[in-house]
Amino acid sequence: MDFVLTLVNGLSLGGIYAMIALGYTMVYGIAKMLNFAHGDIIMVGGYTVLIFLSINPILAIVASMIFCLLLGIVVEKVAYKPLRGASPLAVLITAIGVSYLLQSLALIIFGAQPEYVIIADLGVLNIGEISIGYNTIITLVSTVIIMIALTLFVKYTKIGRAMVAVSEDKDAARLMGININMIITITFAIGSSLAALAGVFSLLKVPTITPTYGSMPGIKAFTAAVIGGIGSIPGAMVGGIFLGIVECICNSIPELAPYTIAIEFLILIVILLVKPSGILGKKRREKV
Amino acid sequence: MKNLAVTLKKVKWKHFINYIAIALVIAIFTPLSLGGSLPLTSRLLLEKIAMNILLALSLSLVVGFLGELSLGHAGFMCIGAYLGGKVALLLETNFNGDNSIVPFILALIVGAAVAGLFGFIIGLPALRLKGDYLAIVTLAFGEIVKTVFENSSEGTFGGPKGLKTPRFDNIYLFIIGFFLVLLCIFIIQNLIRSKHGRAITAIRDNEIAARAMGINVTKYKLVGFIVSAAFAGAAGVFYSFANNYVRASVFDYNYSIEILIMVVIGGMGNLTGTICSAVAVTFVNTKLQTMLTGDLAVLKDIVYALILVVIIIYNNAPALKGFREKYNFRNLLNKLFKPKSSTDKDDEGAWHRVPTKIAMDEVLSIDLKVVESTMNPDKEDKS
Repeated sequence: MDFVLTLVNGLSLGGIYAMIALGYTMVYGIAKMLNFAHGDIIMVGGYTVLIFLSINPILAIVASMIFCLLLGIVVEKVAYKPLRGASPLAVLITAIGVSYLLQSLALIIFGAQPEYVIIADLGVLNIGEISIGYNTIITLVSTVIIMIALTLFVKYTKIGRAMVAVSEDKDAARLMGININMIITITFAIGSSLAALAGVFSLLKVPTITPTYGSMPGIKAFTAAVIGGIGSIPGAMVGGIFLGIVECICNSIPELAPYTIAIEFLILIVILLVKPSGILGKKRREKV
Repeated sequence: MKNLAVTLKKVKWKHFINYIAIALVIAIFTPLSLGGSLPLTSRLLLEKIAMNILLALSLSLVVGFLGELSLGHAGFMCIGAYLGGKVALLLETNFNGDNSIVPFILALIVGAAVAGLFGFIIGLPALRLKGDYLAIVTLAFGEIVKTVFENSSEGTFGGPKGLKTPRFDNIYLFIIGFFLVLLCIFIIQNLIRSKHGRAITAIRDNEIAARAMGINVTKYKLVGFIVSAAFAGAAGVFYSFANNYVRASVFDYNYSIEILIMVVIGGMGNLTGTICSAVAVTFVNTKLQTMLTGDLAVLKDIVYALILVVIIIYNNAPALKGFREKYNFRNLLNKLFKPKSSTDKDDEGAWHRVPTKIAMDEVLSIDLKVVESTMNPDKEDKS
């Protein structure tokens, strides 16, 4: 029975990781950059919810998604767009700078002490001896819906196919008349609003928020995206759930609990060494 | 006499400027410290500066010259700090003399060697991975090291409470630190200016081309990581002696970012710049620590983050290339100090390094650009 509970916990956590990883994997697949600030956008989303919560919870969620969408676009336009075509190292360091900036701004505005953000008390569903929080169910269901919607979006819409084209070959896509900058901006917008949503779900699970709240889940979600195969939308889901379950299993064993982060990162390193393309990813050949 | 003058003229002073600067620091502050007129705060500041120069220089080797981003530099430092501290603790009982330098040297060697070994281990994935993936592996490594030391048992490394280490004799510590810096400059500078260094920068600029030219990429990447990690470890040992307390939570991701900021501000791949920025950043941080309290202390981080982003965009944005070549700090310096560039040619000893940064993309994409400009003349305007 304990094991089932751990599994349910893992699913709940994994759903959140999967949601963040979906945004990560889209941005990485299309812009070919590791957006370190992605995790901090979750944090910004959480604080936006906090500000608007007194008016209406639903409004707060919508507001946080819109705000993060705009923030994602602004960050992309100001910090990443000028560096398109520059060395990957430069883009990576800029992303770290943006992440650091967002954290420091949040720290100066909201302070370092944790804030409590209780969006709604959703209650618990009892099936026999197992009780599952409704937040777990909502998280999982929405993640699956979003994953399916994104897959369909990428496969069947014009913009989605343009995204695939850009991720395959930027120059060829440009020659086909695709506006690459617009596609990348749209990707960032989608990724950032998904990050906001992930922030909402994790607040439903644990209702506290600090300025560094997003950085660790962000890095873990990247781990999830890598495990699933970066650039693959179902892969992000698989990786997220896998990582969530691993984390909860480790946490449930007293001897392993302190080393949970180390174990997760060890899995990341091993996967990167053994199969860098992940579970569902495609292998890429490097060209000169 | 004339010969000596000619020889002195031929010496490339910029090769020695780092040594001279550090030697001057030692020469000025050693007598002051021995005379007892150097206040404790200045001594602590000097210790910190020496440590940060070591860290920044060693990271510069990986980021600036090897062209890979390491986000786990604090992890290497953590290993050095814990192991060095532990060795010194074990030796303390055997060396009771106050001024004995032996335990310090031994601790330094052990700390640097073990950190170097871990540099080798982290260098192994670097052979298969690069860029974003490698950055995340180094980050993961830093976190793993931190977690392992945090959860060690109290008897071995002190556990979450940290390890109490013997503080090395106060007055000499910063001097030792600066001698370490000298050693670090000597090794890194000679590595960079040798055949090996050119191989390392060639790998940075184009790994496939470097491999095609017969450069042993495996070897040079590993050398870069090992040397960098060993000096970070040495800095860690130094830290453990300067603070007489080592706690794993200090060596987190943010610490690695702080070192990265020093390297970026100083100019990636520029040792003198890195030293200057390490000194400046440490000095400003220490001064601000007393001036800004509470939430205001974050202002400093905001400024650093902005500087980081602005410098990187300014130095790397393709759109700013023309501007950069026209208004450039180096050009400005050359104009100020060398009004006539023709005098350089008379000097037989002067040799000019060919820029290693070959814009391969430009060379290979000429066809594409021609097609683009004839078929879609308005494409560039839209974007």
